[in-house]
Amino acid sequence: MSGIYLDHAATTPMLENAIAAMDAQLRTLGNPSSLHTQGRHTRKDVEDAREILAKELDCLASEIIFTASGTEANNTAIKGLFWQQKALGKNVVVISAIEHHATLDPAAWLAEHEGAEVVYAPVTTDGVLDLDFLQSLVAKRGSEIALISVMHANNETGAIQPIAEIVKIAGDIAVHTDAAQSFKKVPLSFKSLGVMALSISAHKMGGPLGIGVLVLRRGVEIPALLHGGGQEREIRSGTLNAPAIVALATAAQDKTYDAAAIAKIRDDFAARVTQVVPGAFVNALKADRLPGIVNVTFPGTQSDTLLLLMDGEKVSCSTGSACSAGVHRPSHVLMAMGHDEISAMSSLRFSFGRTSTQTDCDGALAVLPSVIARGRAASVV
Amino acid sequence: MKLIAAMSGGVDSAVAAARAVEAGHDVIGVHLALSSNPQKYRSGARGCCTIEDSHDARRAADVIGIPFYIWDMAEEFHAGVVEDFMSEYAAGRTPNPCLRCNEKIKFAAVLDRARAMGFDGVVTGHYARTEIGPDGKTLHRAVDHSKDQSYVLSVLTIEQINGAIFPLGDTTKVDIRKEAEQRGLAVAQKPDSHDICFVPSGDNAGWLRDRLGSEVGPIVDQDGTKIGEHNGAYTYTIGQRKGLGITVPTADGSPRFVLKIEPVTNTVVVGAREELAISKMKGERPVWCGPGVDNYHKRGFVQVRAHGAALACTYYFDGTLLVAELDEPLLGLATGQAMVIYDGDRVVGSATICETA
Repeated sequence: MSGIYLDHAATTPMLENAIAAMDAQLRTLGNPSSLHTQGRHTRKDVEDAREILAKELDCLASEIIFTASGTEANNTAIKGLFWQQKALGKNVVVISAIEHHATLDPAAWLAEHEGAEVVYAPVTTDGVLDLDFLQSLVAKRGSEIALISVMHANNETGAIQPIAEIVKIAGDIAVHTDAAQSFKKVPLSFKSLGVMALSISAHKMGGPLGIGVLVLRRGVEIPALLHGGGQEREIRSGTLNAPAIVALATAAQDKTYDAAAIAKIRDDFAARVTQVVPGAFVNALKADRLPGIVNVTFPGTQSDTLLLLMDGEKVSCSTGSACSAGVHRPSHVLMAMGHDEISAMSSLRFSFGRTSTQTDCDGALAVLPSVIARGRAASVV
Repeated sequence: MKLIAAMSGGVDSAVAAARAVEAGHDVIGVHLALSSNPQKYRSGARGCCTIEDSHDARRAADVIGIPFYIWDMAEEFHAGVVEDFMSEYAAGRTPNPCLRCNEKIKFAAVLDRARAMGFDGVVTGHYARTEIGPDGKTLHRAVDHSKDQSYVLSVLTIEQINGAIFPLGDTTKVDIRKEAEQRGLAVAQKPDSHDICFVPSGDNAGWLRDRLGSEVGPIVDQDGTKIGEHNGAYTYTIGQRKGLGITVPTADGSPRFVLKIEPVTNTVVVGAREELAISKMKGERPVWCGPGVDNYHKRGFVQVRAHGAALACTYYFDGTLLVAELDEPLLGLATGQAMVIYDGDRVVGSATICETA
């Protein structure tokens, strides 16, 4: 498939050695829960992988819970921590207004079905959590708060959130962070962040689809979502996906992600896009951002139209969020940053990854002026 | 050409898109989301643009191998089609929303947007044909007369017809289903959609009552004598016989039919069958699908319902209204419907019926 792929934040190519590790494991017989020879072999591979991941995430091996996705990791943490705390009389769930749907929706579900009160913490115009708000919220209602969940970096703008500061403000309150976009892109240490729980997803960093991790502090017991064999600390049941786990660990050890080089391409793109398209501006420009993500607003356009036209020019990028029917909706992230509905529907996310080159950047910039011109014409008819 | 294929999730639009690709065009599939609050599943043969339909359309596009997008046209659809439907009924007329959708959505909002984006036209699965002749591109009936949809396309201007591609006009529906099967399209046996897509229950009267309210009004005979009551004049159609609930019998025991709906006084006038007969109709806001019509009296056919008969007539344009004088009288014609003039198989044009005699 030819073309320019600028959607690495959606998913990024799997690393060759991760593919090889997965392929080898797929050919290996054995359920890691079995006690016989084959089972023990697979169990060893899984536990080796767990230790590798623990090292990469700076946590204990026993703190790693394998799940089938980042979404499952978020659901397990948010619902589990809420249920645990609800029993102690706490029912407020604090999340940022810019969370991914994998956090927004479990929180909304808790509000609808479990009596939770969800507080959406606002962000600044640069898309970073408003710490003053959080501070005063905790001061006023700290005893009611069951958990705080704030993503490590935003998937639409790349803005990195002040998790360590949030943990400080939270005090005894459990903090969960969705680090799906951050792992292997920026330094990430479970221990130094001080969070209670952290989620990652393998396919965002060169691993396979269908495997995620919830890092949950040792000794913390939360109710499970999936009941069965009790494989993962009785918090997550289901036969362990050994091939995907091994591939994830292989990808986690990779050293080829050159953050500085990717950030350079990203910055070059950001600087030039505002030159070739008058009126365009970069969102969260002043925030500390992930190296690979740039979100640009093109006033006077509709981003679903732009996406179609960019695809026609063989450039793949993204708008952000879509509902189940696939109908384009304004980005809640940009709205939280102060955009109005129209402006929040006029933005594209370009995300760069390990395989991105300067040629990709140049190629996308070459087609953008004509795409934006057609997009603007289509939005006024 | 660079084309947008409007894909409803049904078999016709899927085959139309596939044929357009095969003809060498550069095609992108687009599903129109027409409801801001779509239902998850289709209920029977009714409705469209459910989430299931958009999934079916996407799957067809993937099988055909073309890009696929969903365009949100819910606001345009509500303003141009649903509100028109309600206000027409409220005014005592009988609208055809499919025709309005073609006029205001598929070949207006969608075609305009497509052209602005650099596309040349819109492909749909309508059963109709176009021909290129000395008068340019003209609109014609489909080969399969039982499925012919030229009636609901008769509101298209020449400019819109120039941007419309109807790849199915030369084939029967039966063969389209076979072809869909051969192409590996899972929608091959999906039931046809009927009725009005935004009234999924199929109960038009109930739907209108929920939105326009129900106000009791009189049912009167032609002398003005009240012989019954109704719950909203707009739920009746000219020529309707059933559901009147009149207990006073006629002198000769013959049935009564709705002759007239008077929205201002919320009155339904009923009478004998022969009172329904009309031999002349006039239509406002005419649209010509080819060379214009003038005051010169021409022989042709007029059709007044989507799948009605083509009635022999003499037609002309009096400068304001399109007039058709029928050879044989017609029973029960509601204003608000479209009168579509045919010259053989060619659609000459159409107008909205405003007067009958």
